[in-house]
Amino acid sequence: MLRGTRIRDLISAKRAAYQKVATSRRMLLSCSFFFCARLASANSPTNIFDPAATPARSIFSLSMLVLSVTLAIFLVVGGLLVYALIRFRHRDSDSGHEPAQIYGSNQIELSWTVIPILIVVMLFLTTTRVIWQTEAAPKPSGAVDVVVIGHQFWWEYRYPKLGVVTANELHIPTSDPKKPTPTYLEMSSADVSHSFWIPRLAGKTDLIPNRINTMWIDPPEAGLYLGQCAQYCGTQHAKMLLRVYADSPPDFAVWVRKQQQPSTNDLSDNPLAKEGRTIFLRTACISCHTVSGTSANGRFGPDLTHVASRDTIASGPIENTPQNLRKWIADPNVMKPGSLMPSMHLNDHDLDAITAYLTTLH
Amino acid sequence: MATSTTALEAIDVTPDLTRPPGPGVVYEWLTTVDHKKIGLMYIVYALLFLVIGGVQAMLMRIQLAVPNNHFTSPQTFNRLFTMHGTTMIFFVAVPVLFGFGNYLIPLMIGARDMAFPRLNAFSFWLSAFGGFLLYLSYFAGSGLYGAGSAPDVGWFAYAPLTSKVFSPGHSTDYWTLAVLLSGIGTTGTAINIVATAFCMRCKGMTLNRMPLFVWLYTVASCMVFVVVSPLSAAQIMLCLDRYLGSHFFDTQAGGSAVLWMHFFWIFGHPEVYILILPTFAFINEIVPVFSRKAIFGYPAMVAASVGIGFVSLSVWAHHMFTVGMGPAGNTFFVFATMVVSVPTGIKMFNWLATIWGGKVIYRVPMLFSVGFLFQFLMAGLTGIMLSAAPFDWQLSASYFVVAHFHYVIVGGIMFSLFAAFYYWYPKMTGRMMDEKLGKWHFWLFVIGFHVTFDFMHIPGLLGMPRRVYTYEAGRGWELWNFIVGIGAIIQGIATLIFVYNLVNSYFRGKEAGPDPWDAWTLEWATTSPPPDYNFALEPTATSARPLWDLKHPEDQDSSYE
Repeated sequence: MLRGTRIRDLISAKRAAYQKVATSRRMLLSCSFFFCARLASANSPTNIFDPAATPARSIFSLSMLVLSVTLAIFLVVGGLLVYALIRFRHRDSDSGHEPAQIYGSNQIELSWTVIPILIVVMLFLTTTRVIWQTEAAPKPSGAVDVVVIGHQFWWEYRYPKLGVVTANELHIPTSDPKKPTPTYLEMSSADVSHSFWIPRLAGKTDLIPNRINTMWIDPPEAGLYLGQCAQYCGTQHAKMLLRVYADSPPDFAVWVRKQQQPSTNDLSDNPLAKEGRTIFLRTACISCHTVSGTSANGRFGPDLTHVASRDTIASGPIENTPQNLRKWIADPNVMKPGSLMPSMHLNDHDLDAITAYLTTLH
Repeated sequence: MATSTTALEAIDVTPDLTRPPGPGVVYEWLTTVDHKKIGLMYIVYALLFLVIGGVQAMLMRIQLAVPNNHFTSPQTFNRLFTMHGTTMIFFVAVPVLFGFGNYLIPLMIGARDMAFPRLNAFSFWLSAFGGFLLYLSYFAGSGLYGAGSAPDVGWFAYAPLTSKVFSPGHSTDYWTLAVLLSGIGTTGTAINIVATAFCMRCKGMTLNRMPLFVWLYTVASCMVFVVVSPLSAAQIMLCLDRYLGSHFFDTQAGGSAVLWMHFFWIFGHPEVYILILPTFAFINEIVPVFSRKAIFGYPAMVAASVGIGFVSLSVWAHHMFTVGMGPAGNTFFVFATMVVSVPTGIKMFNWLATIWGGKVIYRVPMLFSVGFLFQFLMAGLTGIMLSAAPFDWQLSASYFVVAHFHYVIVGGIMFSLFAAFYYWYPKMTGRMMDEKLGKWHFWLFVIGFHVTFDFMHIPGLLGMPRRVYTYEAGRGWELWNFIVGIGAIIQGIATLIFVYNLVNSYFRGKEAGPDPWDAWTLEWATTSPPPDYNFALEPTATSARPLWDLKHPEDQDSSYE
């Protein structure tokens, strides 16, 4: 029973009170954003509610459960609050007495302790199942291994069993659920912490220096999946974009074969490019970059052996065209201020030559 | 509302004019150890930094209003979000909350001052110096990339981004030292609050008659004792790394980046509970008075507050679900985080039950309190979403988290603070704030708040990470970022109205008298503003609501204890 004075009968509320408009306007606003979110989800390539791989799908199911539970709680508690704020408001016609002073109620307080505990238990158990499902999943034999190293502000990808080293654009085979070939990413960083986040494929996992973290993705459908670095890593964190190309297994095999080839040596039909290679090999470019098949084997910057085969440069924000490439090399800090690649202050002719050379590196 | 003077009629409160006039006003305020003056200094200091932090937010929102904008450079933007976060947490939220605590705790327990007045002054000036030091970095640091080097490492300053290699110059050191100093100041104030609450209550005020306001500040202060040390320790270790060749967080030499995260978040998560408990304190005093009912379930409220204090010490690594702690570690922190929602929910239900059956009066303090109740409910629910680790693997470090914590801090703490301002301003200055301006402030702020922070959840759900100075077009983020910016402008206007109201009411506000709200705690039993000595005669508490007992001798709380 309630502790305190007895409850007196309360006069029933009139509609259209000042506060009712206020509170219902607020609820409408809050609910409307859910509606807008559904609208917006139609057109985004990075929508977490549009899963395209198993990890993202498990998270999506869990998130729908959590959203339903929290929406229910919001409607119940919020609804009671709205009701109380309208029903029990002070009216000028009042007697002027203070209302009944209720100090508590053991039954009521017990029930609103027990019910939340039950909800917590249910949410905890379902969440735990998804955690173990994702993080402790057994690794199928057909898995592709990729080592991912984060850098300021680009991504290095190595396929140890395939002898492929590339940067910024990750190619993986699609995975048939009947014969899974997921891609396992073993991740670390060469400098500061980064985070690998492709919303449609999986939750994010951090790339932390001096530590190895693992995650896996298995998109069944071919396509380009977008994301970006999700742990602040310095000036150009915002432009450390991610592009994951899921190729059908035959396409993936073709890509791997091409990537395994060192760069072609014969540039006799392209004198400007040949001159460009000479300049490239004599300039400090080679202290940061690798072009396999030449003497350039720097490790600080992206591997350029197949740079012309990529759609973008500078880890995503710049389209890979000869004009952009030339602009980038002339002064990286114009297009991506804070990038760690310095300008080599090359003259126009050298820039043309190097650009011509790099565009032959398919 | 009936005003009560019964308690005061018997007490002579004419000012003592036999004391000789002292030295000037500036000297008086610089050397004061009076808890009321120190409290006011904390509050004014915080308001100044609130405006600065707000300008920083506005600049960021302009930069993000359209994709690939060039309003600020990336370096400037990165400094803006670092300074905005550090300023708002350490130099706005902490000082303003401890300022209110300083002012009101001795009054509410019938004491003449805090337990250690000189420590009180020392703590204030140390914290104030911390803020000054942080902003000195804009002029006095020397970075490798040019002049004007405020820190740009984020307010949680993850290692190894903060190592000398990746953050050359002194900007990180300004962050480290400013926060270290203000942490010491906060610890001093916490010592004062605990000592005062336990040792200086007036006659008759047992612990279970102590106002919930004082209980909540006491729990928050105990948490300060536990959690400021890990942060200070980590910051000293960072200084050792940067200058004396140690390698705690130096991953190139075998150090651990995750170690910094554990140290920081073991402070960082309880810190936000240290901020929210005083917020609950305000609501616990304001909602009953404007519902005209005693708080429902006082013992449960105390137990829930202490419970929150304890459990919140165990949840920190829910900020680290993506660092690869492994399924066992992740599972534990999911459990702890979900558990803390139970006592928090209990408090929510108790407030609901307090309003239920009452006679709610919608003056400005109550309007802001109602805003708090809805918004804290929503913030708690998005918190539950984040506590589900796999869901957090998507939402962490995205704009969803930014929306969540601003919902708590602006929608929860800020609203409750506004309520506290309108409620206790009459006590502090002797004048009422303008009610009409207050309603303009409330409605504009509520609309601006929801326009900004409701819609801010959406880019997070669509994959937008936080701390980005710009973003790509074509990912579906453009419209929401623009809308968020509009809301920021509206909130800015509302805040200006508030500041105007604060200043204008000081000179032209209606006279308040000792008890304008017909309230029940002891601070209303003395003049507005109180004399230096607070109470002419030490009051006696007969229940948790001493003034209710005096005003309602036929129906005293003490009969139900």
